[in-house]
Amino acid sequence: MSVHPTLPRDTGRAGQDLNTQALRADARRESLRLLALLSPSLFLVFAIIIVPIGWLFWLSLFDEAGALSAANYARFFEQASYIKTFVTTFRVAFIVTGACVLLGYPLAYMLSQLPRRAASICLIFVILPFWTSVLVRTYAWLVILQRKGLINSWLIDLGVISEPLPLANNLSGVVIGMTHILLPFLVLPLYASMKTIDTDCLRAGMNLGAGPVATFRQIFFPLSLPGLASGVVIVFVLCLGFFVTPALMGGGKVIMWAMRMEQTTSLYSNWGAGAALGVVLLVVTLALLGLFQWLLGARATGVWSSR
Amino acid sequence: MNRTRSVSILAVAGLMAAVAPPAMAGDTITVASWGGTYQEAETKAFFKPTADALGITIKEDTTNGLDDVRLQVTGNAVKWDITELGADECARGSKEGLFEKLDYGIIDKSGINPKLVHDDWVGISYTSVVLIYRTDVFGDKGPKTWADFWNVEKFPGRRALSGSQATETLSVAALANGIPIDKVYPVDIDGALKSVDKIRGHIDAWWTSGAQAMQLVKDGEVDMASIWNGRAGTLKKEGAPISFSFDQGVLTADCMVIPKGAKNKAAAMKALAMFVSPQLQANLPLYVDNGPVNEKAFETGKIPQDRIKDINSSPENVKKQVLQDAAFWRDNLVEATEKFNNLVQQ
Repeated sequence: MSVHPTLPRDTGRAGQDLNTQALRADARRESLRLLALLSPSLFLVFAIIIVPIGWLFWLSLFDEAGALSAANYARFFEQASYIKTFVTTFRVAFIVTGACVLLGYPLAYMLSQLPRRAASICLIFVILPFWTSVLVRTYAWLVILQRKGLINSWLIDLGVISEPLPLANNLSGVVIGMTHILLPFLVLPLYASMKTIDTDCLRAGMNLGAGPVATFRQIFFPLSLPGLASGVVIVFVLCLGFFVTPALMGGGKVIMWAMRMEQTTSLYSNWGAGAALGVVLLVVTLALLGLFQWLLGARATGVWSSR
Repeated sequence: MNRTRSVSILAVAGLMAAVAPPAMAGDTITVASWGGTYQEAETKAFFKPTADALGITIKEDTTNGLDDVRLQVTGNAVKWDITELGADECARGSKEGLFEKLDYGIIDKSGINPKLVHDDWVGISYTSVVLIYRTDVFGDKGPKTWADFWNVEKFPGRRALSGSQATETLSVAALANGIPIDKVYPVDIDGALKSVDKIRGHIDAWWTSGAQAMQLVKDGEVDMASIWNGRAGTLKKEGAPISFSFDQGVLTADCMVIPKGAKNKAAAMKALAMFVSPQLQANLPLYVDNGPVNEKAFETGKIPQDRIKDINSSPENVKKQVLQDAAFWRDNLVEATEKFNNLVQQ
């Protein structure tokens, strides 16, 4: 860092103090300049995120007559279906996130261990569906899973089952469809973080007598946790707001929060009714993210700093 | 805009005072409807002939329903001059004051059911909710009435009803209770809910869109369902093994309104008058299965005799069906829908 030209250049304690002060002033000026650079994007975030969310909160406080009231929130407790929808939403989110971890972790691990060329070919198979429309993929699953769909016809033809399995138009259909769509969101960050794990650490572990299982469990797995945590958070939060797949695959039996929002917005003549649903989801999601951060984040950062 | 330009050209030409710009020619109005094949039919039946006759331009847009109109009107950003809605949405929007008053000096209301003629909205076409069943499962001995649909012993099979249109499902539930078609309205909501309660354990899917209802029946995911007649007609045309009739159908009307603050109200009024006229109304069933709202359309001779029996609003078919009461649902929709959801999502 450059020293200010007007500084007196005497040595000793006083001079050092002066120097420190000048450096501090310099640093302050620098951060102000950075802030100025940031201000357009900060303004954008404020204008298109903070203001509308504030407005959403504000709208949720008014009833159909336009009077200030808690009616929009009281409804959640008066009508049993809201709580049911809420529970369903989180249940689906937990199941789908769990399924994504179970399927995604081994996949990402395999990808990270493959030679570069093979890995990039396999990655294409992860990314290609990612680029296909959610609607198309959901309908494809419907064709595969429904009563007279591919799986059931095969199994019946092979004599494995006599009655078709109930795979679509229920919870299992929703979970299968959503897991498929959300899997890349877990695999990609996880793969990226696994690739950054220093193989020397693994070799060192082996050198000190750890077998492959112990190396994985004590070294690789903890080091992959930050990537896993970010993947889990992305998948979980996306689950909470999912609309298309549960609407098409749930057969009207799996009503998730986003579907409820759409319905409520058209049922009630005040925006507050739908806004309140948005506020509740936002608050609960933020609370859960905080909890995630506290549980996984603390551990993950601990791992990083010990590295 | 066009009009001001033509005025200034006239002024420059020195032809003042005596010549006024033509009242309508050159105006542009925007009409919003539901999109898809239905709106394509409306374009051919209503919009194009009207634009030609009045010398105006009709632009088209699509709507999601009442919330779109509410958003435009309350936000002072009205894009549409005319928009289509479901009749119960018209009744609710009217209560909220979202529409312009209609001028029945310009719009001729004769031939339209008085229940669909209001200060600020008018009917435009009919859709029926009908009972459809697969003939590869039941032959021609399938369920014919809603009581049959509710009879799970006599008619075992997989079933679907509408989960998104509580009004329609409650209407058919009332019919299943044995209530005659002329006594369904006003709906005894608690009675209808009890009826839904009896069947809900046997419902394999609660559909939320017309396309979904169609897909469920087409792919054999269910053996019987409630469905909109337009979708049922499409399945029949595609050769699917299905059967349906208008017996105990629920006739629901669509309506048109001029959103409050529409920019070309005068031209919109004249266009709307054309849309509901018997001549243009008679065009609609030539392109789509939604029946005309103006019964004089059947007297124009435009609709072929063998087509009349397939049209849900022909005088013969109207007698077999329940007309869904928009005013009733305006006042009861919210409460009934919440109760319905509580029951169905248990």
